[in-house]
Amino acid sequence: MTDDGSTAANGRTLAVHLTVNGRPITRVAGAHFTLLRWLRDAAGLTDPKYGCGEGICGSCAVLVDGVPVSSCLVLAAQVDGADVVTASGLCEPDGSLGSLQRAFHERHAAQCGFCTPGMLVAAAAMLAGGSTPSRAAIRSELHGNLCRCTGYGPIVDAIEAAMQADARQAGQTGQPADVAAEAP
Amino acid sequence: MTGHDGRTGIRTSKEDELRVVRQPLPRHDQSEKIAGSTRYAADFALAHMLHARLVRSPVPSAEITKRDATSALAVPGIVAVLFGDDVPHNVIRVDVPGQAVEVAALRASMEVLATDRVRFHGEPVALVVAESEDALAEACDLVEVDYAELPAVFEPGEALQDGAPAVHDHGNLLSEWNIDAGDIAAAFAHADVVVEGSYQTQAVDHAYLEPEAGVGWLDDEGVLNLRVATQVVEHYRDVARILGIPEARVRVIAPYVGGGFGGKEDMTVEPYLALAVWRTRRPVRMQWTRQESLLARPKRHRMWMRYRTAGRGDGTILGQDIEITADAGAYAYLSALVLLYASVHACGPYKTGAVRLRARCAYTNNPPTSAFRGFGGMQVVFGYESQMDLVARRLGMSPAQIRKQNALARGDVLPVGQPIETEVQLAATVDAVMSRAGARPSPSGSRKAIGRGIASNMQSYGRLTWLNDSAAAWVGFQLDGSLSVRCGVPDIGGGQASSLAQIASEVLAVPMEAITVHFGDSALTPLAGTTTATRQLLMSGNAVYEASMRLREQILGAVDAESGRPAGGLRLEPGRIAWQGGEVSLTDALATCRRVNVPIEALSTFFGPKGSPVVRQLRADRVFPDFTFGTHLCDLEVDLDTGQIALLRYIAAHDVGRAINPLSVAGQISGGAVQGLGMALLEEVVVEDGVNLTGGFFQYLIPTATDVPDIEVVVLESGEGMGPFGARGIGEPPIGPPAAAVASAIHDALGSRPTVLPITPERVLQCAGALTDELPA
Repeated sequence: MTDDGSTAANGRTLAVHLTVNGRPITRVAGAHFTLLRWLRDAAGLTDPKYGCGEGICGSCAVLVDGVPVSSCLVLAAQVDGADVVTASGLCEPDGSLGSLQRAFHERHAAQCGFCTPGMLVAAAAMLAGGSTPSRAAIRSELHGNLCRCTGYGPIVDAIEAAMQADARQAGQTGQPADVAAEAP
Repeated sequence: MTGHDGRTGIRTSKEDELRVVRQPLPRHDQSEKIAGSTRYAADFALAHMLHARLVRSPVPSAEITKRDATSALAVPGIVAVLFGDDVPHNVIRVDVPGQAVEVAALRASMEVLATDRVRFHGEPVALVVAESEDALAEACDLVEVDYAELPAVFEPGEALQDGAPAVHDHGNLLSEWNIDAGDIAAAFAHADVVVEGSYQTQAVDHAYLEPEAGVGWLDDEGVLNLRVATQVVEHYRDVARILGIPEARVRVIAPYVGGGFGGKEDMTVEPYLALAVWRTRRPVRMQWTRQESLLARPKRHRMWMRYRTAGRGDGTILGQDIEITADAGAYAYLSALVLLYASVHACGPYKTGAVRLRARCAYTNNPPTSAFRGFGGMQVVFGYESQMDLVARRLGMSPAQIRKQNALARGDVLPVGQPIETEVQLAATVDAVMSRAGARPSPSGSRKAIGRGIASNMQSYGRLTWLNDSAAAWVGFQLDGSLSVRCGVPDIGGGQASSLAQIASEVLAVPMEAITVHFGDSALTPLAGTTTATRQLLMSGNAVYEASMRLREQILGAVDAESGRPAGGLRLEPGRIAWQGGEVSLTDALATCRRVNVPIEALSTFFGPKGSPVVRQLRADRVFPDFTFGTHLCDLEVDLDTGQIALLRYIAAHDVGRAINPLSVAGQISGGAVQGLGMALLEEVVVEDGVNLTGGFFQYLIPTATDVPDIEVVVLESGEGMGPFGARGIGEPPIGPPAAAVASAIHDALGSRPTVLPITPERVLQCAGALTDELPA
């Protein structure tokens, strides 16, 4: 019996240990489980979404050791021991929205909201880069995340606003000024 | 605040009287969605839950000669395999109104699970239920079904010819609509200019990011619960009919839906989940794969449109002679209604003196077609707007001028016979996009050409009037002054629930954060009808408005009567009720109501405008409640060597009557425009000899962030809609103009016009071919 309550048809199971949103989790699941399935069915985290199963739509994107990854394309076993961050991991410790999430909220960047967890993860990776790219560059970075509701403009607005806020904050707190200097 | 102003259906109020409505408030559903905690249909789980999957036909037309589950049932963990014979009432009924019984009604049904015959690639044949997804996958491959292929037909034109293979027993014509208005012969006889054009639109998939999914279970009362991604909780009636149980024993819950666009209007997982739960008596989850969704869900209708347009030398449109042929695919679904929408909208937002329209929809062995944002009213935009441009060119008029000159106005009568009852601001939308666009951009190179195109449209909001539409809502204060709204509206991402809170907040002076909306539950929220047809703001919005107004009167009346000097003049303000020289807190007022037996809640049912049923020869004084009008402008650059299109600017203007939430309105317009641009340039479900070749998102290209520019949204507010505060519906209208606007811009750039969608680089080069030699070196 595995942690998703099922018996793998071929009987092969193994234990995978991941740190997810700062919390260590070990689950025994099918050896063939993708990271997406492991997170959803074995670990019970449903914010990464299944949208296409072939790495096109980005709804399942998570950060694996800081790098955005389509979790439907990697096996959980391949990333055993990794540090994984999902969209819910971008919240503040008290559960309130983090700064990037607040920008999404204020700019109406979610409509149906199904692509939003993946979009947030892609945006978080962009923000971690520390630069403030142009709108065109932000759009280019989002090419792996599909949205069918918003037309993308509000999402780009939100990411741009979050980057500018980060850059302002970096300037105020005496962080290296090169990022702030690029802000319009 | 004012109620009905005396004209039909309009209940508007002055902008400066509004406190909450028109405010760009972040929607209340966004926090959870952005935190990642919203539980969509597939995110829900119950203990000891089973999993279910369909076995689908691999061929488009065949007799089923054998069905055997023996091997599948031997797989460890398999619980059940169901065939059509296991379904209590193995039929999904489809209503085909307005057609003589012998034409269509007898054939407009389909089996839940096919028994003897399959008619399209992907048709469900067996339902497998298992303890795990893995057992399910293994067992589905072991369900043995043998097929003897039968003759098939894939083009609607061929399907309508004598001797064509019959998709259904009595012929392939599903529906036919005709309009004859005015003297069409005279219109063409007196025309100074006649232009002809043929236009073709492709099959398109909704491609919402959330595939079809749901969980079903039996509750402690033995009621069958289905928590599914749907636009229609009222499908509980269809499920009850299939199972042969009372409607009251089935409950459908719609959690927040990950996009609908019409694709979750027909049932998806509902009957199969119901059967699996009914058979096993255990909770069951079903989630379709993206591949399954692309394979088998109904698409947008392919349409062939032939237009002949008669115009006078001054640009007046004298007549339209239109023929439409549409591909219904293998089963009726909503095709007859889609074709009706196409017919009524076929002349666009223009005064048209005389019309002859013939529209037919044929069965084929292609995947079925059904509802999709725009619902037939959008394909014809590609036809009529192309014709308007052609007439303008022949007469040397500007595209803006011919549209403004022929624009409908209040009091005009549509070809079908329905008068326009609200103000039409079409010309203002044309002016809005033109003035915002300013000067034309310059080409980025010598082998590049710049084009600018505009396209206008009209799109109905609200259901067909003879469907006796209604929506109910319950609004009630809690004793602490917070407010509960109960309304059965499914929220598919357009802010349907949040808008209701904003309306109640306006009328009852309750802060948004003190309002909770309970929605989308067929058993526990008053039924509000479908989230389709751009109807929820009109219908549920008015229901909440009326219930809130009633509740307001109740409370003010009770306070007034209790004050000892009933004089009126009471004002409901945030947290209190005030009058000249005094006030009482809201909570005290609510306590007063309870003491004097005045309810602190109100239930209201809003009924849509009525109209008579239509027949094949369309003539009706009212088909739809009302219409929304708009104009889009597209600047693009064509690469003359590769045929690539770069969209430089895109501006979309609509008169939305009143923007209840400007953020939601802009979101609908921006998203609709981009979905329309996908249809214009990228998207096509490719079906070859009935075999659906579109196997995933790697083949089905919806726009990415790099394919489209920022959509510049212009919102006009005439205050003339039939929704609360004068709002018009805006869900569907923005998807209409993009394909025509892009085609017009290409025509402008190249002097030749694409007439087939999608406008691929190859088709652009075909247009460019006529002109290449004339271009300056």
